[in-house]
Amino acid sequence: MSLRSPIGRVLGLGAAKEGVSHWWSQRVTSVALVLLGLWFVASLLRMPTFGHEFVAAWVAMPLNAVLLLLLVGTMIYHSQLGVQVVVEDYVHHHGLKIVTMLLLTFAHVVLAALAIFAVLRIAFGGGA
Amino acid sequence: MALSILHRVTGCALSIGLLLFVYWLVAAASGRAAYATAQAFFVHPLVRLLLIGFSFAFFYHLLNGARHLTWDTGHGLERKQARLSGWIVFLGAIISTALFWFLLLRNHGGGAT
Repeated sequence: MSLRSPIGRVLGLGAAKEGVSHWWSQRVTSVALVLLGLWFVASLLRMPTFGHEFVAAWVAMPLNAVLLLLLVGTMIYHSQLGVQVVVEDYVHHHGLKIVTMLLLTFAHVVLAALAIFAVLRIAFGGGA
Repeated sequence: MALSILHRVTGCALSIGLLLFVYWLVAAASGRAAYATAQAFFVHPLVRLLLIGFSFAFFYHLLNGARHLTWDTGHGLERKQARLSGWIVFLGAIISTALFWFLLLRNHGGGAT
């Protein structure tokens, strides 16, 4: 005799959860990343130097700061979505799969926070 | 074709490459000394080699991503077309990587800038 109702036992199981929105988000971020990625590569190639003074001044320009934030955010979200598919495909043990995804999600969120904070700090001139 | 797994491999590589990208940003935000340490790290020959690998992964994943997006629209799915676009993407990634580093090193003389 279990306290769980039959419906509670099956809810959330099975494949039909959020596949479509995952698939669609991956496409949306990839289109954005084509544009943002090419912008960043072109920017790197146009930098006269990678010295601290120039790079900090470059990041601090409003358009660059915003595009960098979008690039970082989109890249990390896209990475999270992609890595999730790889884990789901290759890690078969259920518990291990959940732990792996948990750690990878934490890692992505920490990276995003670091990158966003770094760009904002440079942009708002917090002593950098 | 056998190269299809390369999309995943380069994707995973780029996920790891994010660490270096974020390190660069954090170093720039941490000030002159931290940035100098990062610069010394990035010009190390082994790291250079790694960066060349990441740049290839970037260009391959970008070009092949565009190929996947084209497939999503229902185009280019014939075996012959897919095989051809696969090779175009692969060669395109190699050429892009070579061109990128050629331009980068021409601008910076390969020095520690």
